[in-house]
Amino acid sequence: MTPSSIEDKLAVNKYDIDKDRHILIKEEICRKCEGFPCAYACPADCFKIREGHVTFSYEGCLECGSCRIVCDKEAIEWTFPRAGFGICYLYG
Amino acid sequence: MNQKFDAIIVGAGPAGCACGLTLAKAGMETLIVERGKFAGAKNMWGGAFYGPSLYDLFPDFWNEAPVERYIGQHKYSLLTENASFSFNFSSKKFGTPPYNGFSVLRSKFDRWFASQAEQAGAVVAAGLEAEDLLWDGNTVAGIKAGGDDLPANVVVSCDGVNSLLPEKAGLRKKISARDVKQGIKEVLQLPRQLIEQRFNLREEEGVAWEFIGTFSRGIPGGAFIYTNKDSLSVGVVVQLSELVKKEVPANDLLEDFKRHPLVENLLSGSQIVEYSAHLVPVRGKSKLPALYTDGMLVAGDAAGLTLATGLILEGANFAVASGIAAAKAVIRAKRTGDFSKKSLSCYPELLKESFVLKDLETFRRAPGLLENPRLYSQYPELVCELAERIFSNDGKKRKKIGEIFRNSRRGKISLRQMIRDIFQIKRSL
Repeated sequence: MTPSSIEDKLAVNKYDIDKDRHILIKEEICRKCEGFPCAYACPADCFKIREGHVTFSYEGCLECGSCRIVCDKEAIEWTFPRAGFGICYLYG
Repeated sequence: MNQKFDAIIVGAGPAGCACGLTLAKAGMETLIVERGKFAGAKNMWGGAFYGPSLYDLFPDFWNEAPVERYIGQHKYSLLTENASFSFNFSSKKFGTPPYNGFSVLRSKFDRWFASQAEQAGAVVAAGLEAEDLLWDGNTVAGIKAGGDDLPANVVVSCDGVNSLLPEKAGLRKKISARDVKQGIKEVLQLPRQLIEQRFNLREEEGVAWEFIGTFSRGIPGGAFIYTNKDSLSVGVVVQLSELVKKEVPANDLLEDFKRHPLVENLLSGSQIVEYSAHLVPVRGKSKLPALYTDGMLVAGDAAGLTLATGLILEGANFAVASGIAAAKAVIRAKRTGDFSKKSLSCYPELLKESFVLKDLETFRRAPGLLENPRLYSQYPELVCELAERIFSNDGKKRKKIGEIFRNSRRGKISLRQMIRDIFQIKRSL
């Protein structure tokens, strides 16, 4: 059986992870959010709902842009990782 | 001052490579910048390429390009939790050159495509990101990349669905979650022979298999399986806004799909080698962004040029055709030395002459149809229940199909609603 959890799936991907994060969260806006659309939109589970707020990690990001689009409060400052960094698809 | 290019293309996907190749062949000084380590490193798709737009560039395409399998079979299945109803189209014609379509993996394919543009004389700079546009007054005059100013007569933005450059140029606003579908995909390795046995395929033959049904929990979208040489591309494509509204990550839907009895058998024993995600613009003609401005053109996904009708979901074909049209517009502009908006206005005209805008016009009502939630739950349920009642023998007196249909339909959908839906389908497709 192939893995079902996102974490196990991401583990087979090839990444060159930059030391700087390419997605910045505006905490003061984010903390007031109650809907957490980013958590349901992110296919890489980078946004996790914990104790009523969202925690974020950028390492597994697949650079799809979903979080940027669904965050209607504009709390997500989204750019691509620096050229050459981030996800590196070998199949695609 | 750096060398001034005739055109700088941002993004070495199908649109960018087709554009760059066409320009280079015409002797234009062409630079393609790609933020990935190599062309294709950031790209994924469902997995099939249809249509003749590449044959103009490569008459012998299927012998040159790294294609996986030709698509000789199309399958569609309606799924409920425990049942499925399928139909299958296969054609010998699809199995002979020039073929109708191919399964393709982007990482290999885009690298090949970029190398073809390079051989034609374009400069491909991978690992270089276009950070911003260069401006000369209100005219786009090049890009900023890697700390350098790179001037060009025209910038062609082929930087995909998240395309940030046209936003900066004021050509479009941030895309809305209603106007995109999210695709997630697993590449599952499986021995070649096993694939051919399980899917009833000849050597080199492949199947494009689309699914709709209750696994998507009423969210507009579906699932797919494409056969590659020795792997399967398996995924779901679903409306982003509805994932958020229903609070379901797409991976949950993919897992439900993979556990369906019909699907589970097909995938058994396979090994995951990659998990990927991408957005697809699906709003069609009604919400196209501005396609050009002074010194700049937009092509491919960045321009929202995809076709989604439910039976068809095509993007790469449109990307290639729009990339070629953009190149032709640049070549024309070069003749007069005028790269203003007015001079580049031949670009949408060229798109109108090709299938790109014609198809989008023909299927302009399809995006509305595909938002109809009944397509993804009530109808698959109705069809499967109908089939189950027709085929099952419970030892009781049998009924005629008309009565079975009435019984199956009851409580699911009114006749009036159904007639309305049939008209909507007829009008849209």
